[in-house]
Amino acid sequence: MSQAMEKRNVGLFVTCLVDLFRPSVGFAAVKLLENNGCRVTVPRAQTCCGQPAHNAGDKKNAADLARQTIAALEGFEHVVAPSGSCAGMIKKHYPTLFAETDPWRQRAEILASKTYELTSFLTDILRVKKVEAQLDATATYHDSCSGLRELGIKDQPRKLLKSVKGLKLQEASQPEACCGFGGLFSVKYPDISNAIVTTKTDDLENTKADIVLGGDLGCLMNIAGKLKRQDSLLQVRHVAEVLADMTDKPAIGEGEG
Amino acid sequence: MHPTCNRFQTNVAEALADDQLQKALARTAVGLPSARERAVAKLPEFEALRDDAVALKQHVLDHLDFYLKRFEKKVIEQGGHVHWCATHQEARETILKICQDAKAKTVTKGKSMIGEEIAINDYLETHGIEPIETDLGEYIIQIRKEPPSHIVGPAIHLNKEQVAESFRETHKDLPPDRPLDDPADMLKEARTLLREKFLKADVGITGANFLIAETGSTAIVTNEGNGDLTQILPRVHIAISSIEKVVPTPEDADTILRVLARSITGQDLSVYTTFSTGPKRPDDLDGPEEFHVVLLDAGRSEMLGNEFKDMLRCIRCGACLCYCPVYTAIGGHAYGWVYSGPMGAVLTPAILGHEQASHLPNASTFCGRCEDVCPVRIPIPKMLRHWREREVEQGQTSQISRTALAGWAFFAKRPALYHMLANMKYSMLGLIGRKKGRFKAAPFTSGWTKHRDLPSPQGKTFQQLWSERGGRR
Repeated sequence: MSQAMEKRNVGLFVTCLVDLFRPSVGFAAVKLLENNGCRVTVPRAQTCCGQPAHNAGDKKNAADLARQTIAALEGFEHVVAPSGSCAGMIKKHYPTLFAETDPWRQRAEILASKTYELTSFLTDILRVKKVEAQLDATATYHDSCSGLRELGIKDQPRKLLKSVKGLKLQEASQPEACCGFGGLFSVKYPDISNAIVTTKTDDLENTKADIVLGGDLGCLMNIAGKLKRQDSLLQVRHVAEVLADMTDKPAIGEGEG
Repeated sequence: MHPTCNRFQTNVAEALADDQLQKALARTAVGLPSARERAVAKLPEFEALRDDAVALKQHVLDHLDFYLKRFEKKVIEQGGHVHWCATHQEARETILKICQDAKAKTVTKGKSMIGEEIAINDYLETHGIEPIETDLGEYIIQIRKEPPSHIVGPAIHLNKEQVAESFRETHKDLPPDRPLDDPADMLKEARTLLREKFLKADVGITGANFLIAETGSTAIVTNEGNGDLTQILPRVHIAISSIEKVVPTPEDADTILRVLARSITGQDLSVYTTFSTGPKRPDDLDGPEEFHVVLLDAGRSEMLGNEFKDMLRCIRCGACLCYCPVYTAIGGHAYGWVYSGPMGAVLTPAILGHEQASHLPNASTFCGRCEDVCPVRIPIPKMLRHWREREVEQGQTSQISRTALAGWAFFAKRPALYHMLANMKYSMLGLIGRKKGRFKAAPFTSGWTKHRDLPSPQGKTFQQLWSERGGRR
C-alpha cells in the first residue's frame, strides 16, 4: 500500500466564524492535520452549521442547514472542525433535529459519529503526542462551554500545548466559567454578557499570562473584544495557531500596526 | 407578589448597578459551588446516586397518578385531609378556609416555595390573619417585603448590615442602641421574638420536600429546626406541596436526601429532616390535632404531558443558580418572580404562562453548567431551547430578530452566493480594519460594540483563500 493510500480522508468543517474572521485558524488546522497523516478536503457546499437558528428555536432553518452540512460532509472518513461548539452541534444536536423515522436521522447519526473537534481528533483519534512548535510565552487556557461540557474537551489541548517549546501554561482560577458570549445572547443581552465577560477577563488578567488560548473563535472574539476595550496587553489566539506554529499573523483584535 | 418578569431588562440594569448586590453575588458564586465540590469529592458514589435519583423521579413521573392516590389514601386513613388545588387561587382559598375554621389569628410558616408561589402571606394578611415566617432568611425578606432571591437562601442578596437595619426598623420595642454587628446577635434576637410566636400560633404552615406514598407522610429538610416547631406546636398543621414531590417509600426519600444538601450547601444532610404523618394520635405526647395536605397543580400536570416533563424532576436544591453565569451576574430578583436562575427560567413560563416571562428562556448563554451540576440531571438548556422553539412557532419573536435570522438563513442556505458575498464583504472589512485590528463601532453591531471592540476580519475568507491556493474540494 502506498503512503498516499494510508492517509486519512478528512473533511474540514471550517466554521463560519473562522471562514469570515480568521482564515489563519483554518490554515493552522489544515497544517496540523496534514502533518499528522491526513488528506484534507474543504467542500464548498458548507456555510454555517445552523447553531444560531437551533439556539434561537428556529427548527426549520436549523434542519435545513443541517441537511446541507450533512450532504456536504458525510462522504469523508472523518470530519474535523476547529471549534467545540460547531463540532458539538453536529455531534450532539444534529440527530435531535430529525424524527426517528426520517431518513436524515440516520445520516445525521453517522456524521455525528465521525465528527471531531480539532484538538480531540489530534489526541484521541490520531494519538498525536507532540507538535513541532515554539512560542516563548506564558499562556492561559479558556475552556469553551460546548467543547468542555458536550464533548469532554479539557485535557486534549493542554496535552498538545505541553509540547510547544518555550510555552508555559498558567491556569486561571475559573477556566471552565462561561465567557458570556452565547451567540445571539451577547447582542440580545449586552449588559449581562458584559458583566460575565468582565469577570472572565479579570480572572484571565490575574494569571499574569501573556496570551489567552482557546478552541472556539466565538468565545475568543468576545474575550479579545473586551480585553481590547479595556486596553489590555493580553493577547488572544486560537489554540490551533500556536500548535501549528503559525503565530505570525496579529493576535485576535490586534492590528498590523 | 406581582410578577415583573416582563420588565426583565430594567430589572437587569438595576441589578447590575447595585454594588452591594454585586458583592453578595460574587460571594455566592464562589462559596456555594466550592462547598458542593468538597462534598462531591468526598463521596465517590455521588454520580451513581445522581443516576438513582434520576431513575426514581422518572419512575414517579411515569406513575404520578398512582402514587398521588396512594398518598391521599394513606393520609386519610391516618385522620388527615388532602386538598387538591388546580390553581394558585384555589390553594389560597383552601388554606384561608382551614385557617378561618380554626379561628386562627396568627400562622407560623416554615420555608415553602409553594407558599411563595401562591403568595399566601399577602392573602392571609388581607384577610386579617398574621403570617410569621420562621426560617431566618424568609423572616428577613418578609420584614423587608421582598421575594426570595434564591430558592434555598432567600436572603442571599443581603449583607449583615442591611439585615441589622431591617431589624432595627421592625423591632421597635427593643432598645435602639443594642448591638447588632454580629450575626449571632441578630439570630438571638430573631429567635427570642419567634419563640413567642411559635407558642401563640393557631396554625402552622410548612412546605414539603417529599410526600411519601407508602406512609402518607410529608417531609421537610431545614437547618434551623424552625420547621419542627411550626408543624408540632400549633393545633393545625397544613403542609403545602406541588404534586410532583411524591416518592413511593421512605427509602426513596433517602435517595433524594443523599444528593439534595450536598448539591448546594455541601452538607451530607441538612441539620433537620422531619417527617409528619397524620395528626396527633391518642398516645402521642405532642403534635397537631388537624393535619392537612394542600396539593397544588398550577401547570404541573400540563408539563407532565409536554416537552417540559423532565423539569418536574427538580428537587429545588438551587445548585443551578449558584453555577449560572447569568444568575450570578444579576441575582434572583431580576428574574421577576419567586423562582430564578436556570430552573426558574424553565419553570416560571410554565406556571405563569410564556407571555408573562418570555425573556427568561432567552437570557441564557447555554453554557450547560446547570445541567452539569443538577443532581437529577435535568437537561435545562434543552428545556430553555424548547421555550424558544415555542416562541418561534407562535410567531412571538421580535420583527427585528425574525428578519435578521431569515435574511442570514437565506444566504447560508445558498453556499455559492454566500461565499461570493461573504468574501466581498469581509475582504472590505478586513481592508478597513486590518491596520487597527478592531472596530470600536460598526453598523448593526451596537449590541456587541456597546461594551467590547469587534475584532477585524483578516481579509479574504478562508473559502476564497483555499480556492486561490487550489486546495482540495
